[in-house]
Amino acid sequence: MGGVSGRANPSPVLLLLLVLTFPALAAVGRPEDRLADPVLESRAETIGRELRCMVCQNQSIEDSDADLARDLRRLVRERVAAGDSDAAVVDFIHDRYGDYVLLKPPFNAVTALLWAMPIIALGGGLIAIFARRRRSAAEPAPLTEAERRRLAELERDGAA
Amino acid sequence: MIPELGHFALALACVLAIAQSVLPVVGAARRDARLMGTAVPFALGQLVAVGAAFLCLVWAYVVNDTTVVNVVANSHSAKPLIYKISGTWGNHEGSMLLWVLILSFCGAAVALFGRALPTALKARVIGVLGWIAVGFLLFILFTSNPFTRVWPPVPDGRGLNPVLQDPGLAMHPPTLYFGYVGYAVTFAFAIAALLEGRVDAAWGRWVRPWALGAWCFLSVGITMGSWWAYYELGWGGYWFWDPVENASLLPWLAGTALLHSAIVVEKRDTLKVWSVLLAILAFAMSLLGTFLVRSGVLNSVHAFANDPARGVFILALLMVYVAGAFALFAWRAPRLAPTGIFAPISREGALVLNNLLICSIAAVVLAGTLWPMFADILTGARISVGPPFFNSATAPLAIPLVIAMPIGAMMPWKRADLWAVLQRLWWAAVAALAIGFVTLAVAGYPVWPVLGMTLAAWLIFGAAADIADRIALFRRPGQAFRRALALPRAAWGAAIAHGAIGISLAGISGMGVATDTLVQLQAGQSTRLAGYEWRMDGVSDVTGPNYRARRATVTVLKDGSVVTVLTPERRTFIVDGQTTAEAAIHTNALRDLYAVLGEERGTAAVLRLHHNPFAPWIWFGGLAMAFGGMLSLSDRRMRVAAPAPKGATVPA
Repeated sequence: MGGVSGRANPSPVLLLLLVLTFPALAAVGRPEDRLADPVLESRAETIGRELRCMVCQNQSIEDSDADLARDLRRLVRERVAAGDSDAAVVDFIHDRYGDYVLLKPPFNAVTALLWAMPIIALGGGLIAIFARRRRSAAEPAPLTEAERRRLAELERDGAA
Repeated sequence: MIPELGHFALALACVLAIAQSVLPVVGAARRDARLMGTAVPFALGQLVAVGAAFLCLVWAYVVNDTTVVNVVANSHSAKPLIYKISGTWGNHEGSMLLWVLILSFCGAAVALFGRALPTALKARVIGVLGWIAVGFLLFILFTSNPFTRVWPPVPDGRGLNPVLQDPGLAMHPPTLYFGYVGYAVTFAFAIAALLEGRVDAAWGRWVRPWALGAWCFLSVGITMGSWWAYYELGWGGYWFWDPVENASLLPWLAGTALLHSAIVVEKRDTLKVWSVLLAILAFAMSLLGTFLVRSGVLNSVHAFANDPARGVFILALLMVYVAGAFALFAWRAPRLAPTGIFAPISREGALVLNNLLICSIAAVVLAGTLWPMFADILTGARISVGPPFFNSATAPLAIPLVIAMPIGAMMPWKRADLWAVLQRLWWAAVAALAIGFVTLAVAGYPVWPVLGMTLAAWLIFGAAADIADRIALFRRPGQAFRRALALPRAAWGAAIAHGAIGISLAGISGMGVATDTLVQLQAGQSTRLAGYEWRMDGVSDVTGPNYRARRATVTVLKDGSVVTVLTPERRTFIVDGQTTAEAAIHTNALRDLYAVLGEERGTAAVLRLHHNPFAPWIWFGGLAMAFGGMLSLSDRRMRVAAPAPKGATVPA
C-alpha cells in the first residue's frame, strides 16, 4: 500500500457528473443487484457498510440511493461472487478510489494520532490523575481555622 | 407591520442583553446592591422581548406572509398548520431565534427561581447569560435576520423540505436546544464561580439541577432524533455517527461527566476545579454543535443552511466564549484550592473513573468528527471517518465504563470495600452471563451482539441489585416496601437511568442481528423473512394534504394468522416535486417489522423489508434515562433551597 497520491482518484468531472445524475426519487434499491446466496449477500453488505458513497453526505454505499453507491454495491458483489476474501474486496475498492472511500480510515501518517486517540485520552487522563494524587498526598494542606469552621458547617448541613 | 415589530423586539432584546451583561457584573464587583438588582428585570425583559420577536415570526408563518423572505423560502400556504408553526424553527434563522428564546427563558428561570442564590453569584450568572445572548442576538441581527422583507410579494412560498414535515421536527430541535442552552446556564455558573474565586458545595448544589435538567432534555432530543432517522429516512438505521449527530452526543457526554462530578462537589466538596472545567467544556461542545450544524462546515445530511459568512461569525463567537472561558479558568482556577482526600476505591474514585472514561470517549468522538476537516485543511488528504471507526474506537472505552457502572453506583463514599460490593452484585453477574449464554444458544449470534446483551443485562440487573440492596429486599423482605417508599428519589433516578442505558444497549445489540430483504413482488405474491410471511396485496393511490402518494398494502402473517397490515408509502410533494419514502412499522415491543416501498415495475412493487429485534428498546431506554434524570431532579434535596454559603441555617 503506497501513499495517497499513488492511487487513481476519480476525476472532478466524473464526480460532478455523478452528482448531477443523483436520483431525484428516493429509491430503496434493486432486488436484482443483490446476490442470490444469502451468505454471500450478507458478506457483501458487511463490506459495503465500511465503504463510503463518495458523492453522498456521510453515507455508506449500502445506505444510499446515488448511482455511484449502486455501482460500488455491484462491484463489491461481483468481487464477492468471484470468490475474493473480504479484505481483498476492500483492497480492490481502496486501490481504485483512495482513502476517501474507506469509512474506517487506514492507519497512516495522517490518521495515526486519530487511531491513537483512545490511548492518548485515557493515558493523558490517568497521568493527570496520578500526578494530582501524588501532589496532594505529598503535601496534605492543613486546614485553616476558617476551613475548619466551614467544614463543621458543611457537616451540619449535610446531616440536616 | 408585524414583522417590523418582531425586528424591533429583537433589537430591543439585544440592547437589554448588553445592559444585562454589564450592569449586574459591575454591581457584583463593586458590591452595589442596586446594580446587582438590575439582573432580574433585565433577564425578564429579555424574555419578553425575544418572546415577542418569536411570536411575530410564528405569526408570519401562520398567515403565510409572503413578504417575508424567510417564509417564502421555507413555507407554503398548503402546508398543514402544525408544520407552519414547527416550520418556524425548521430553518436556519428561525432555529437561531428559538435558541435565543430558550436562552432567555433559562435566564428568566434563574432570575425567578434563584431567589435563594447569593445575590452576587446570581448577578454574575445572569450577567454571563447576557454575554451569551448578546453574541447570538448580534449574530441573528447581522447575518440571519428572519424578518427581512421581499417586495413585491411572491405568490406563494417554496415549501418546507418534505423530510422535515414531520411531528418529530416539531419537537426535536426545541428539546435539543433546551439541552444545549441548559449547559449555557452551568457555564454561566462556572464563569461566575471563577469571577468570585469560590466554588463550594452550595455551588455544586445549584449547578446539579441545571446539569441534570439539560441532560434530560438532551437525552430526549438525541433519542427523538435517532427515532426520527429510523422511521423517516427509511434505511432502518438509527445512528449514523453523522457529524451533526456527534455534535449532539458531545455535549451529552461532557454533560454526563459534569452531572456525576457535580455530585462529588456537592457531597464531598472536592473535584471542584474539574467540575468547573467540565461545565465550560459541556457548553463549548454545545457551541461547537451549533457551529457545526449552522455553518455547514461539515458536509452532512443536516447541513440545510450552508453559508460560510455565518460560519465565520459563529466560529468567532465560539472562539471568544471558549477561549475567554479557558483564559479565565487558567487565571483563576489556581485560587480554587483542592480539598478533600479520598481512597481510589470509593464512590469518589468510581466517579473519577466514570469521568475519565466518558471524557476519553468524548475525545475520540470529537477527534473523529473533526479529523476529516483538519486532515483536508492541513495535509490535503481526503479521508472519511465513519461508523466503523467510531464503533471500534469507542468500544474499548465504553465496555469498561459499562462494567464499572453498577459497581461504582454501590460503593460508599470516602473508602469502599470492592469485594463487599462485588458480593452484593454476584447474582446480577450470574444473571447477565446467563442472558449472554441464552443469546448465544438461541440465535448463535455473532460476538458483538452477544457481548452487548450480556453487558445490557449486567446494567439492568446491576441497577436492580442496587435498589434491592438499598431497601434490604433480601435481608428484611418484610420492610422492603416501606423502605422502597422512603428511598430518596435521587437513588431511584440514578438506578433507573443506569438500567435504562442497559435497555438501550439491549436494543442496539438486537439491531446488530437485524435481517432485511429486498424483493420485487406482484400483488398476491409473498416472501419470507425472519419467520414471517410478507404478502403484497397491492398498491393504491392516496392523497394527502400537500402530497400525493402510492401506498402498498403488505399483510404480515405468522403460521397462517395475520400479525399486522403494513402500508408503506412513497409520497410526492406537490409544491417541490420531491419524493420521500414513508416506512411502515409494526412493533410488539420485542421487535419491529419495517417495510419500505420502492419503485413500481408494471404491476409489481419493490419492497425492502426489515426485521429488527429489540429495536424499540433503543428509544425506550433513551426516554427512561431522561425519566430517571427527571425523577432525580424532583428529589426533595434538589427542591429545597441550597444552603447559603455562610452562617444561614437550612430548613431541614
